[in-house]
Amino acid sequence: MARNPQLNDHGELRHLLSIDGLPREVLLQILDTAEPFAGVTEREVKKVPLLRGKSVFNLFFEPSTRTRTTFEIAAKRLSADVINLNIALSSQTKGESLTDTVANLSAMQADVFVVRHAASGAPYLIARHVKPHEHVINAGDGRHAHPTQGLLDLYTIRHYKKDFTRLTVAVVGDLLHSRVARSLIHGLTTLGVPEVRAIGPQTLLPAGIEALGVRVFHDMRAGLKDCDVVVMLRLQHERMNGPLLPSAQEFFKNYGLTAEKLALARPDAIVMHPGPMNRGVEIDSSVADGPHSVILPQVTFGIAVRMAVMSIVAGN
Amino acid sequence: MKLLIKGGRVVDPASGRDELGDVFISDGRISEKREKAERTIDAKGLVVAPGLIDLAARLREPGYEYKATLESEMDAAVAGGVTSLACPPDTDPPLDEPGLVDMLRRRAKALSRARVYPVGALTVKLAGERLTEMAELAEAGCVAFSQANVPLADTQVLWRALQYAATFGFPVWLRAEDRWLAAGGVAHDGEVATRLGLPGIPAFAETVALGALLELVRATGTRVHVCRLSTAAGVALVRAAKREGLPVTCDVGIHHVHLSEKDLGYFDAHYRLEPPLRSLRDRDALAAGLADGTIDCAVSDHTPVDEDRKQQPFAEAEAGATGLELLLPLTLKWGAARKLPLATALARVTSDAARILGTQSGRIAPGAPADLVLFDPEAPWRITPESLKSQGKNTPYRGYELSGRVRATLVAGNIVFEQP
Repeated sequence: MARNPQLNDHGELRHLLSIDGLPREVLLQILDTAEPFAGVTEREVKKVPLLRGKSVFNLFFEPSTRTRTTFEIAAKRLSADVINLNIALSSQTKGESLTDTVANLSAMQADVFVVRHAASGAPYLIARHVKPHEHVINAGDGRHAHPTQGLLDLYTIRHYKKDFTRLTVAVVGDLLHSRVARSLIHGLTTLGVPEVRAIGPQTLLPAGIEALGVRVFHDMRAGLKDCDVVVMLRLQHERMNGPLLPSAQEFFKNYGLTAEKLALARPDAIVMHPGPMNRGVEIDSSVADGPHSVILPQVTFGIAVRMAVMSIVAGN
Repeated sequence: MKLLIKGGRVVDPASGRDELGDVFISDGRISEKREKAERTIDAKGLVVAPGLIDLAARLREPGYEYKATLESEMDAAVAGGVTSLACPPDTDPPLDEPGLVDMLRRRAKALSRARVYPVGALTVKLAGERLTEMAELAEAGCVAFSQANVPLADTQVLWRALQYAATFGFPVWLRAEDRWLAAGGVAHDGEVATRLGLPGIPAFAETVALGALLELVRATGTRVHVCRLSTAAGVALVRAAKREGLPVTCDVGIHHVHLSEKDLGYFDAHYRLEPPLRSLRDRDALAAGLADGTIDCAVSDHTPVDEDRKQQPFAEAEAGATGLELLLPLTLKWGAARKLPLATALARVTSDAARILGTQSGRIAPGAPADLVLFDPEAPWRITPESLKSQGKNTPYRGYELSGRVRATLVAGNIVFEQP
C-alpha cells in the first residue's frame, strides 16, 4: 500500500485528510494544541499571529454553512487571509476538472486548501496535485471522512470525560452515509476507548463495520446501557422514506434519543450531535436542550480544534 | 512465404507438448513438411506458443477515438502477443448494426495485425428493450452477442433474447450483475468500501443475477459464456452448473486473479474496475477456479481510459484498466504462483479461449493458422506509460516489474511484431 499521504517524511502532519491512519501521538498533539486556543476564543482580542501572511482557501464543492463558517473564523483568529469559494455554483458546473480548478487556485498563492466534496476521496486527489508548501484539510468528503469534526468530538469527550481508556461510547443512527461516524470511530479506537458501539437498523449500517472495531446493536435500549457518551447522527431528509427506512416517525420511535432511553446510559452521560439536528427525528428537544447535552460546546470547541489543525500543518 | 522458427521451447497447450524444437510455417499455416525456409528465426531461449486469444478487448472504435484508436490498440495487441481478440459492443454507437460491424472488421483487416472478432449487441443500443438483428449481425461477422457492462435488468427480455439466440445457435456472452443491487456502487461492498466511504456493490449482486441466468440457460439451452466472474460464490455456482451439464463457460479478468479490494489504497482510481476488485477470499477462489478449469479462460478486459477520466475522485473516475500488453505477463505470474505447468497456464489464454471463440487458432498443430508468439519468460519488464503501445496508460501495475517479454508475434505466418 502507498505511503500515508497525510504525513511528511518526518512523520509530521502535512495534510489532514482522515483520522484513519493517524498515529495516537498526532491526535493528541492536535487536541493539546487546541487547548490554549479554546482560551483565545474567550479573550477580548481573539487573534493570534500564527498564520499571518498566509492564505486559506475554503473550497466547498458541496454547500455548507456551519463547517465553512467555523473554518473561516478559525483561520481569521490565526490572522490568515480567507478566501471562500463556493465551487458548487461556479467552474465545476462549467466542466472544469477538479485538478484544473486546484491548479488555478494554486497559481493564486494559496497556503491551505480547506476542501469539502461530495465524492469520497476527493481531498486525496487534491493532495496529490498541490505544491510542496501547500496543505489540504478535509472538511468532509462523501461518506468517507470529516476529520476536524471527529477531532472536535474527541476534544469534547476528553473535556468532559478526561480518560478515554475507561469509556463506553455509542454512535447512533445513519452510520452508512456518515463521514462523521467513520472519523469519530477511528479516533476513538486509536485513543484506546475500550467499547465503541454502533446502533442502528441494518439498512443504515455499512457492510463489515465490525472491522472498524465497533460492537453492533440493533436494539437502541440495549446499546445505550451504561454508556458514557452518546453521539447522535443526522438523518438526511431524502433517506427518511424509501428503501432504507419507512418513515421518520418509525425511525424516531426506534432510534430517536428520548429522555426515557437516555436514562439507560450512565447518569453522567453526555449527548453529542454534529448538527444540524432534526428535532423529533433523531433527537427529542428535551434531550437536545437538556442537562446532558454538550451540543453547543461542541461548536465552540470546533473552532479551537480547527485553529490547532491549521496551525500545525501551516503555522509560521 | 516459408518460415522456420528454430530451437525454441515449443509449448502447445492443446496437446500438452512442451519441448525444444522447430516450427515450420508454410502459406500462413503450421506445416509438418520441412521445405527450404526463406527466413529462419532463431528462437533460442524463447518460448514458442500459440498467439494469445483475448475474449475481451476494447478497441474504442467507433466513438471513443480520443481514448484509443484501432491503430494504437492493434499495435498493443500484437506487442502483447495477442493474435486474436473479441471486442465487446460498448462502442458509441454500440455494435448493434451490421454496417458498424462490417466497417470495424474492414478497418481491422486493413491494419493486418491481430484478428478481430466483434461481439454484437444483444439489444438495440444495449438498452435492454429490443433485440438486435442477430442473424444479420452474425452474417456481418459477429461471433457472439453481449450486453458488455450494461446489465439486462428485464428478465422477460433476457429470456426472449436467450431463446432467440438459441434458435440460431448463437452464443450469448453476459456479465452477471443485478442492476438494482449494483446501482450506485463503485467498490466491493465490504470492509474497504466501508472504511473509505465508497458506495458498495455486494457480492450477491453477481450471484443473484447468475442464479437467474443459469435458470434461464436451463430453460432455453442457450450457450452462455459468463463474463468477468468476480466472486467465490459465483465460481461455486458455475462449477455446479457445469457439473449439471449446462452449456455454460466463463472467464475472469486477469487483474481479478491478482488484486483485491485491499489494493485500493488511498482511493487510487487505477484500481476502479468493473466488476469491482473484491475480497482476498474472492480473489483466491478466482485464481483457483481458473487453475482447476471451472473458469475456462482469462481475459485482459482491456479498457483504455484517458488520464483525465482517471484523475477524478474514485467514484467519479471511469472504470477499467489497459490490459492487452499485460495479459501474458500477468498470466505467467498467476501460473507461477500456483506452480502450474507453463502449458496449463497458457491454455487459459490460448486453446481454452479458442474453444469458446470457435476458431482454429490457439494451437500448434499441422494445418492450424500460424498465429504464434515468441516470448522470453524470464525477461523483466518495468511497466511505465512509455513502455505501453496502447493509448490507454491506465494500469494498476504502473511502476511494477513483471516478467515475460514478447519478442515476436506472427499472425497467419506474417511477422506483425518484432522486438530484439
